[in-house]
Amino acid sequence: MLNFILKRLVQSAIVMLVVALLSFFLFNFVGDPISNMVGQESTTKDMEELRDQLGLNDPFIVQFGRFVVNAVQGDFGISYRLQRPVEDVVAERMPATLELVFVSAIIAILLGVAGGLFTGLKKKHWFSKVILTGSLVGVSLPTFVIGILLIYVFAVKFQILPSFGRGEVVTLDSGWTTGLLTLSGWKAIILPSITLALYQTTLILRIIRSEMLEVMRADFIKFARARGLRQRDINFGHALKNTLIPVITVAGLQIGSLIAFSIITETVFQWPGMGSLFIQAVQFADVPVMSAYLVMVAFFFVMINLIVDLLYFVVDPRLRVEVRG
Amino acid sequence: MSVVDIENLSIEFPTRRGILKAIEGLSFSIEAGEILGVVGESGAGKSLTGNAIVGLLEPPGRVSGGKITLKGRDITHLSENEMRRVRGAEIGVIFQDPLTSLNPLYTVGKQLTQTILTHRNISYSKAKDRAIELLTEVGIPAPELRFDAFPHEFSGGMRQRVVIALALCCDPSLIIADEPTTALDVSVQAQIIALLKDLSRDKGVATMLVTHDMGVIAEAADRVAVIYSGRLVEIGDVRSVIDAPKHPYTRGLMDSIPQIGQNLKYLPNIEGAMPRLDGRPDGCAFNPRCKMVKPVCREEIAALRATENAGQMAACWIYDGGHKYV
Ligand SMILES: Nc1ncnc2c1ncn2[C@@H]1O[C@H](COP(=O)(O)OP(=O)(O)OP(=O)(O)O)[C@@H](O)[C@H]1O
Ligand SMILES: [Mg+2]
Repeated sequence: MLNFILKRLVQSAIVMLVVALLSFFLFNFVGDPISNMVGQESTTKDMEELRDQLGLNDPFIVQFGRFVVNAVQGDFGISYRLQRPVEDVVAERMPATLELVFVSAIIAILLGVAGGLFTGLKKKHWFSKVILTGSLVGVSLPTFVIGILLIYVFAVKFQILPSFGRGEVVTLDSGWTTGLLTLSGWKAIILPSITLALYQTTLILRIIRSEMLEVMRADFIKFARARGLRQRDINFGHALKNTLIPVITVAGLQIGSLIAFSIITETVFQWPGMGSLFIQAVQFADVPVMSAYLVMVAFFFVMINLIVDLLYFVVDPRLRVEVRG
Repeated sequence: MSVVDIENLSIEFPTRRGILKAIEGLSFSIEAGEILGVVGESGAGKSLTGNAIVGLLEPPGRVSGGKITLKGRDITHLSENEMRRVRGAEIGVIFQDPLTSLNPLYTVGKQLTQTILTHRNISYSKAKDRAIELLTEVGIPAPELRFDAFPHEFSGGMRQRVVIALALCCDPSLIIADEPTTALDVSVQAQIIALLKDLSRDKGVATMLVTHDMGVIAEAADRVAVIYSGRLVEIGDVRSVIDAPKHPYTRGLMDSIPQIGQNLKYLPNIEGAMPRLDGRPDGCAFNPRCKMVKPVCREEIAALRATENAGQMAACWIYDGGHKYV
């Protein structure tokens, strides 16, 4: 078990290093940051000086080594566009994105599991058909269309929810800003989190449903029924628990992609998170911010994968033994 | 009084192209302490009969006629909830494959106590004591330790013992064992059969033992019922049925086994195959394969009649009306 975790940690470190290399490599060949930073009247000499100052003339390997050493300490350099340390900028933006992703993940998991269970257990029920048809809409409509639709209905037509921003934010002692402590913050997060969660909800729903249909045919379910166990214990104990492995896998991956998808949602709702920061960074070829974003997203993916692997052990006793032996 | 009494049981499947009659007019009973072996080719309806008794027919299958009586109580048309209380409490079921019958994610202790607590209003620690007692009874070594083990930590034979312990949780008066040894090694088969035998002798459990293995029948059963294409064609004491089979189909069955332990899924000595549910001939369903077929066999089905052996009955025109053609 410990062995396995160590192996996973090493793997994760390698993945992170590759991502760091990629992001470093890619962005060093995207556009010329200098020309975006300087004004019209600056001379070539000014530009060369700035280039030296930013270390852009050093050999590749030196630049990369510096990048990794700094990145590990959370130092991604100075944003070309904002002329401030990237870590400060990211620290300002991260809470917004993480809160959005967190709320969306909760919505996706709760609704996905509930809907998947219902449609899996009551195949023929009319409401199952409604849910399944609805979920088709969820997977086929692009995120921004759903976002704009929601804005139109709830912000423009009925004017009960705001169409942009985070609402009122409270700054905690740790410097973390949260919108989850104010009413306007909660109101503001409803539409974006629903928009972001919709696709993931339908995915989780469909997986739970098909797993449930599969498991309900298993011999041990038949044997559980033959022992006269209550239907409730069979459905929510024996059956649901056996669907968890694939569900954890998918849910884990999907939470990762929530972070990635949040770029679109944040743009639609002008959500002040990392996604919109990234979009602005792209427009300005703000390399340090872009690479910080990429590395950050990769880091979340790797962490989630690690947690998923550990959850397998919690759920499935067969794995525990195989690894022990 | 018999533990279970089946009278004229019929099971059908409504389909788009009409109703398929899978079981027709099946009758038998099992006494306390008795093991009734049930044999017949694949698709004869053995499992359906067992499932019907415990109320686990898969829809659209349904009992369309007849009566199932358990210890004097008519259980044919109980509601799902009433039937659930009978299953596991008064009837224990054992399925073929011990590898897949147990939930891989729960310890055997959890599966045992859950079953006990579902049917008995006792404390968890009493249920745990009972579970350990059961594991001891079915011959699992170090039951206190094994209580917390997961199914994959047991061998196939040990898992089938756990399955039997689960079926025995609440002292059922009837056990339905549907090919309980088919998936096991030969040596393990013998142990499991011995265990089932002990249970019925010592505890007076009535057992319906479905199998393809005549060796198992010879070893364990007191009586044998032979099912062909949804009908009972012969029933009687195990010795008389094996030594002096009456129905031509049973004779074919017995001839097909050069030695004990042979599997009866394929019958080299009887030509042809059992008709499909929607392709049964008129008259006796066995007539196309029967070497002794007479005109009447193609028109009418013979009733189950007594033969010259006490307690042995066969559904064949040979015995109907006292005509004997042997
Ligand atoms: N859902 C269904 N619809 C139509 N026919 C069915 C259905 N389920 C079972 N049958 C039919 O019922 C008949 C009896 O099946 P059953 O499973 O009882 O056979 P069996 O004697 O247990 O065979 P085996 O030895 O292979 O286990 C078979 O002919 C099968 O085709
Ligand atoms: Mg069967």
